[in-house]
Order: sequence, then C-alpha cells, then structure tokens
Amino acid sequence: MRDGRGTVRAPVLQFTNCRILRGRRLLRWEDLWVREGHIVDPEKLFFEERLVADQQRDCGGCILAPGFIDVQINGGFGVDFSQATEDVSSGVALVAQRILSHGVTSFCPTLVTSPPEIYHKVLPQIPVKSGGPHGAGVLGVHLEGPFISREKRGAHPEAHLRSYEANAFHDVLATYGSLDNVRIVTLAPELGRSHEVIQALTARGICVSLGHSVANLRVAEEAVQSGATFITHLFNAMLPFHHRDPGIVGLLTSDRLPPGRHIFYGMISDGMHTNPAALRIAHRAHPQGMVLVTDAVPALGLGNGRHTLGQQEVEVDGLTAYVAGTKTLSGSIAPMDVCVRHFLQATDFVMLDDSLHVRATYISGELVWQAEEARQ
Amino acid sequence: MRLVILDNYDLASEWAAKYICNRIIQFKPGQDRYFTLGLPTGSTPLGCYKKLIEYHKNGDLSFKYVKTFNMDEYVGLPRNHPESYHSYMWNNFFKHVDIDPNNAHILDGNAADLQAECDAFEKKIKEAGGIDLFVGGIGPDGHIAFNEPGSSLVSRTRLKTLAMDTILANAKYFDGDLSKVPTMALTVGVGTVMDAREVMILITGAHKAFALYKAIEEGVNHMWTVSAFQQHPRTIFVCDEDATLELRVKTVKYFKALKRGTVPTPAYSQRTCTHSGTTDS
Repeated sequence: MRDGRGTVRAPVLQFTNCRILRGRRLLRWEDLWVREGHIVDPEKLFFEERLVADQQRDCGGCILAPGFIDVQINGGFGVDFSQATEDVSSGVALVAQRILSHGVTSFCPTLVTSPPEIYHKVLPQIPVKSGGPHGAGVLGVHLEGPFISREKRGAHPEAHLRSYEANAFHDVLATYGSLDNVRIVTLAPELGRSHEVIQALTARGICVSLGHSVANLRVAEEAVQSGATFITHLFNAMLPFHHRDPGIVGLLTSDRLPPGRHIFYGMISDGMHTNPAALRIAHRAHPQGMVLVTDAVPALGLGNGRHTLGQQEVEVDGLTAYVAGTKTLSGSIAPMDVCVRHFLQATDFVMLDDSLHVRATYISGELVWQAEEARQ
Repeated sequence: MRLVILDNYDLASEWAAKYICNRIIQFKPGQDRYFTLGLPTGSTPLGCYKKLIEYHKNGDLSFKYVKTFNMDEYVGLPRNHPESYHSYMWNNFFKHVDIDPNNAHILDGNAADLQAECDAFEKKIKEAGGIDLFVGGIGPDGHIAFNEPGSSLVSRTRLKTLAMDTILANAKYFDGDLSKVPTMALTVGVGTVMDAREVMILITGAHKAFALYKAIEEGVNHMWTVSAFQQHPRTIFVCDEDATLELRVKTVKYFKALKRGTVPTPAYSQRTCTHSGTTDS
C-alpha cells in the first residue's frame, strides 16, 4: 500500500458488520481495525495519520471474540505431550494446527506427572512460539505435577509423585531439568517447603497454580501470599467446599489475598467434570477470575476407545474419559468451543441468541482457519 | 429566509438530511470539484447524521468528493476524549461514511498557537473555494457555533470563552459536573458562516423556542447571534413544532402554508442521478 508520499506501508484491515466482545459486552456498532497484526484505533488513524482502511472484511453479523487461550491441554488427535517421542515438536505442531478450528489461538501444552527422564527429554523440545497460519501459539508449558497430593492425584500415576521436602527448589530443577520453556506449574501447597518453591518459581516469572491438593483454606491463602495466582480445575482434585473450611475453593472469596490481587481459576465446563450449578456458584462468587480450560487428553478429536495419557491408559466413551478400568475422570475430550458453549448454557453470561459456533479463527489479523460453509 | 416546520424531531432530521443529500448530488462533485460542507455538533444534528449515514450505506450518497469544516472544538480537551468534537464527529459521522480524512477539517483545540490555528482554518476554507452549505444549530442563548452573546456579527474564527448558559447546557455531557466542562473553545465566527453560499440552521425542541423567536422575529442583535442570518441571502431554518412555541401564530401559519407539512419528496440518488417528482430546492 502506498500512502500520499509514495512510501509503502502495511495495509489496514477493517472487519465490519460484526459484534465485538469487549469489556464484557458485545459492541454492535464498532468495527475491528487491524494493521501488522495489531489492533489499531481507527479514530487515531483517521485524525493523526489521515488513513482509511485498505481492505474490508464483512463478518456477516458474527461475533468477534478474542482468540481462546487454553492453559491446560494434555494433547489431542493422538498426540500425548507427556510422551517422549522422537519428534515432540511435530506432535505439538499438529495439535496447534488442529485446535485452530476450536477457536484456540494460544495454548500451554500440559505435561502430567511423569518421571524426570520424560521432562528432561520433552521440555527442551517445546519452545515458546508465536501463532500463525501453521497453528495456535505456544505460550509455554504447563507442568501439572509431580509435586501433588497422593490422595488427590486423580489420574496421575502414584509411582511418579514426588516431594521437594529435601531440597526445595533444587528438587524442582532436578526433576524438570530446564525451566526455560515453562509457563505454569501446578503443585499442592500443603507439601513441605512449598513456600520457598512458590517464591522461587514466581521470581522466574512462572505462574504457580494450586491443584491436586488437600490444602485447607489457610494453607491455600498462604500459598497465594507467597505468589500463587491460579487454581487448577476448580472443584476437581481438591477438598470439596465445606462451610467451616472452604479449602482451595474458598480462595474465590477470601479476604486474605494480597491487596489488589485476585485469584484466577481454571474450570472444565465440558458438562462432565462439574455440575452446572457448581459452575454457576463459582462464577457468581468471582466472575472475573474464571478461566475455561479443556484439560483435553490425546483422545480429543479421536473416537471412543483406549488411548494413553502419560504413563496411564485412558478409556474414552462419548464425552467422558476415565482412567482405564476405573471411574476416575482423566481429563476431558471436549474441545474449547464446546466448553464455551456449555458455559453459555450453564450461566447465560453472554447475551446473545447466537449458538457460538466457531466460524473462523484469526491470529494477528490473519485468517488461519475457516469453517467449510464460510469458505463459499 | 425559509422556515421549514416539521411535526417532530425525526421528520425534521430527515428533511434536513435529504436537503443536504440533494444539494451534494445536484452539485455533481468530482475530482476537481469538491462540495464544501460546514458541520455542527451537539444533540440536535444527531438524527440528521444518522439519516445521511443511511443514505450513504444505501449507496445513494458518497462523501468522496466532499470537504467538511466543523464549526468549533473545545480548547484543552484531549483529541481522543469522549466529549471532544473530534470524537463526536468520528463516532457519529466520519467512521460510517467514505470521506477522505484529508478533507475532514476540525479545529485543533490543543494547538500550540491557537490564533494561528484559527487563521489557518480560515485559510483552508478560502483555499477550498468557500463553503457551499453551512449547517448549524442554535444555542439556548441564541448563539451560532460558540459565538456567545456579545460576539461581533462580523467576527472570524477565533478563541472564545464560553458563556455560563453554554457551560450549563454542556454539563450533561460531563457527568453534570460543571468543573469538568471546558471553558474555552475555538469557533468559526459569525462572519465566517455568513460567507457561506447557503446556510441551514437546525432547531428542535421547546428549550430552543425562545432563542428561535429572538433570532427571527426580533431584530438583528449581537446578543442573539443567529439573528445575523436575517441578512444572509440564502438561509433555511429547519425546526420541529416544539421549537416554534414562542413564535407568533401568524409566522408559523405563513411558513407552513408555503410547505405543505408532509415528508419531503424523495431525495436524489447518486446511483441514478435522477429524481422523481418535484423537490423543495
């Protein structure tokens, strides 16, 4: 695109006839303007740069929402992030590409409790990566375990659970190897020396999440005071809410959090892991903290049958995934957009009569996936 | 003058928009021939802008060869403040039509040298060949643009301090907090608007009725600056019934008889460049 002075500049795209999800509302009469992968202010463009759009895209009345970010996904389409295969990056790339059709534009590949060899082999092969036509962006790895509670291990293999009682953060480093590509660590704060570990992790910019734990509210609050900011799949793999000790769930309404800080919590809204009434209670108690996650397993996108998840075997039947031969839930196989739709039905938090089916996925203003009907 | 009285605000807005639309199309603007339009802000012209946008979206009206000059802008308010006139024009008009940003002129209330900014504005108008149609409103104190009572009737674009009436009227846009309302503005002068080849003043609502009475049934007076247009060769006042409440019955009857109170004839369309029936122009 050449401007008045004849110099080439990046084209300005205008997405029209859309409803923009912003500030918890749907804006009907606004358009979305994008240039070089950034959203720009069209008023500024008009008055300061004296520019108008170079191209317009009619969104057909659809909703334009920020791309979904999945911070807990263990694999999918046959790929298991917790397996030390020869070509881990292809597996990550496959999942990254396939989840575009679910509306996910960034994700944290998640590794379940595994022996140190797995971490040492796999972690260096999952670097942070920007998204694009090739697939959703990798924000960093989510390490769920092995520093978790025995009683609340869920589908995590007991044999590989660990503690950092002996050497605190050094044990953490020894187990995982390098923390370079790590973004989130889920741990159980009742484990001895968690305070030091949480501080060390947060000092490195790693988000500490509480989960798979039997911590009571006081221990959980102390963990937050040490730097924890997230809860892994609220309600699941933790003590149930009790009116005299709300446990980790109580963090949603705790008054003992550091000032100005509030807690975020992941929820798997696949219709299986949590009763809709519980979903609503959490949302009403603390709407700004809710983060929908899929906790998807390698069986995502595949049919019923047996699949692996790290060191475990998982049985998939319909929308449920259990540790083979048990009734222990093992992740989920609901794609992110299904979770979002289910959440809409459960809580009615978005006022629209649309069905929230993903029509097209954009990363940095570039079309990276489109539904078949939309292509015509 | 012409006094066009419509039953209500919506009809008045539509009549005004159709008039502007017709004028632009009849002018046949093009590459070397721009139609220059003076534009107001405030609540009165909102309906008119909506209609113009509708005509544009229908494909009947293009602003590609239209140059606009706004009447005024607050001093000291950031350009992207939601109550600045830049924001008003962007949200209510420019973002919905195909005007070239280089042709949309609004005074810069944050210029380093305010008087130089005003002089430059006058120069731009001159370079554009003068204004073909200046659309304006009226304040409750009878002012045009920010030419407050006492403004010279031959004034040019300059810095003005706002009168208390104006500050009170604008307080509703600043959460009712008088201390937040800007006290100064840059404005085109009465003389600047008088230079336009044609002027259209939009006046709606009972709260403007007294100002309208003073402007057209009393003498030319610098205390009611809109009255200056009694001496302009081509001015139209477009109002709704409520705005005529302070006029003499005789005045209203006379002008209503001239225009048979119905919705104006269909507008021209740039698509067809033809028209059906007679027009009011």
